[in-house]
Amino acid sequence: MVTIRIPTPLRTLTGGEEQVKAPGETVRAVIDALEKNHPGIKDRLLDEKGVRRFVNLYLGDEDIRFLDGLDTKVKSGDEISIVPAIAGGA
Amino acid sequence: MNRNLFRSRRLSSILDAVGNTPLVRLERVARSAPGVEVYVKLEFCNPGGSVKDRPAKRMMLDAIEDGRLTKDKILIDSTSGNTGVAYSLVGAALGYRVALVMPKNVTKARKDITQAFGTELIFSDPMEGSDGAIRLVRKIVDENPDKYFYPDQYSNPSNPAAHYHGTGQEILDALGDRITHFVTGLGTSGTAMGTTRRLHEHSRKIYCVAAEPLEALHGLEGLKHMPSSIVPPIYDKDLPDEILSVPTEAGWDMSDRLAAEEGLHVGHSTGANVWAAVKLAERAQKEQGGGCVVTIACDRGDRYFAPMKWEKRYTW
Repeated sequence: MVTIRIPTPLRTLTGGEEQVKAPGETVRAVIDALEKNHPGIKDRLLDEKGVRRFVNLYLGDEDIRFLDGLDTKVKSGDEISIVPAIAGGA
Repeated sequence: MNRNLFRSRRLSSILDAVGNTPLVRLERVARSAPGVEVYVKLEFCNPGGSVKDRPAKRMMLDAIEDGRLTKDKILIDSTSGNTGVAYSLVGAALGYRVALVMPKNVTKARKDITQAFGTELIFSDPMEGSDGAIRLVRKIVDENPDKYFYPDQYSNPSNPAAHYHGTGQEILDALGDRITHFVTGLGTSGTAMGTTRRLHEHSRKIYCVAAEPLEALHGLEGLKHMPSSIVPPIYDKDLPDEILSVPTEAGWDMSDRLAAEEGLHVGHSTGANVWAAVKLAERAQKEQGGGCVVTIACDRGDRYFAPMKWEKRYTW
C-alpha cells in the first residue's frame, strides 16, 4: 500500500482525512485506486493529457514530472504528496 | 495631470512611488468585444512590483501612527509573497524589522526577494497552503504577543482602505463617467472590497464583480477559493454585484496571451482578472452594445519563474 498525503482543499473528498492509503505499482494505478474510494479526486488531479498543469505530485521529495510521470513505479511504503498551488491574497 | 510632469516626478521617499499606476487599454485580447474598452491598471509599476505595496504601506503607516507598530517590535504576517515583499520594502525604508511566514513551496524567487531586504523567513507546511501559514503565524504571535506586531492583512481595515482611497479613486480620476464595469480577483479581498466600495459611491452605477478560482485545488496563485478557505474577516460577500468563477487553465492561457499579444508579462492572477474582464466585455457588447471594463494587473510574471526542468534538486 502507498500512502497519499491529501492537501486541505481536497479533504472534502476524503472525509477530512489528511492521509489515505491505496494499492498500485505505478502512480497512475494508485490514482485509479484512489478514485474508487474517493470518487471525483482523479478529475481534480488529471486531465486528458496527464497531470493537470497546476497540480504537483511528489513521490517522496521528487516531483513525478522529473521521474517517469504517471508511469513512475511505486512500492509499498512509498509516500505520494499532492501539493497545492499557493493561495494567497490579492 | 501633465504627462511629462508625472513621468519625471521627484520623490522624497520610495514610499511616495506607491500608487498612481498607469491604466493601459487592451486591444488584442479583448477583440471579441470590439465596442467595449478594456483597461488594466498596472499595479506591478509599484516599487515592490505588485498591488500589495498599497495595503502594506497603509497598514504599516496606520499602525505607526497609533502606536501598534514601534521600533522594538517585529512585524510578522503570513504571506505567499507579494505582501511580504511590500512589508520588507516598507520596513527597510522606514527602519522596522520584518518576519514572514510562508508555505515552504512558494517560489524561490519570492524567498530571495524578501530576504534581500533583510527579512526573516519562517516556513509552514506546503500541504496546508496559505491557511497553514495563517495558523502558524497566529501560534507564533500567541506565544510572544509583546514581541510582534501582527498586521493580519486578512482582517486589517487599512488593507481595503488603501484601495478605497487609492486604487478606486485613481480609476475614477482616470476614466470618470466612462467606466461601466470593474472586476478583480479575491485573495485577502482587500483590492475587491476597497475599490468596489469607492466605485459604488460614484453617481452612476458601476457594476463591480469579484473573480474567484472555479475549484478548491487551483493554480491561480494569489487568489482564494472562498467556499473552501478561511474566509477573511474583511470580506463582505454581499458587496460585489456578482462572483465570477475562473478556471485555472483559462487564467494561465490569458497570462500567456497578455505577454505574447499585448507585451504584458504578468502573473496568473492577472490572467484570471483579464479573462474575467473580457467575459464581462463580451457580455456588455451583447447586452449594451458597448461599455468600459477595468481590471487589475497584480504583478509581473517573472515573479513566478519556476526552476528549469534540468534543475532536478530544486526546492521551492
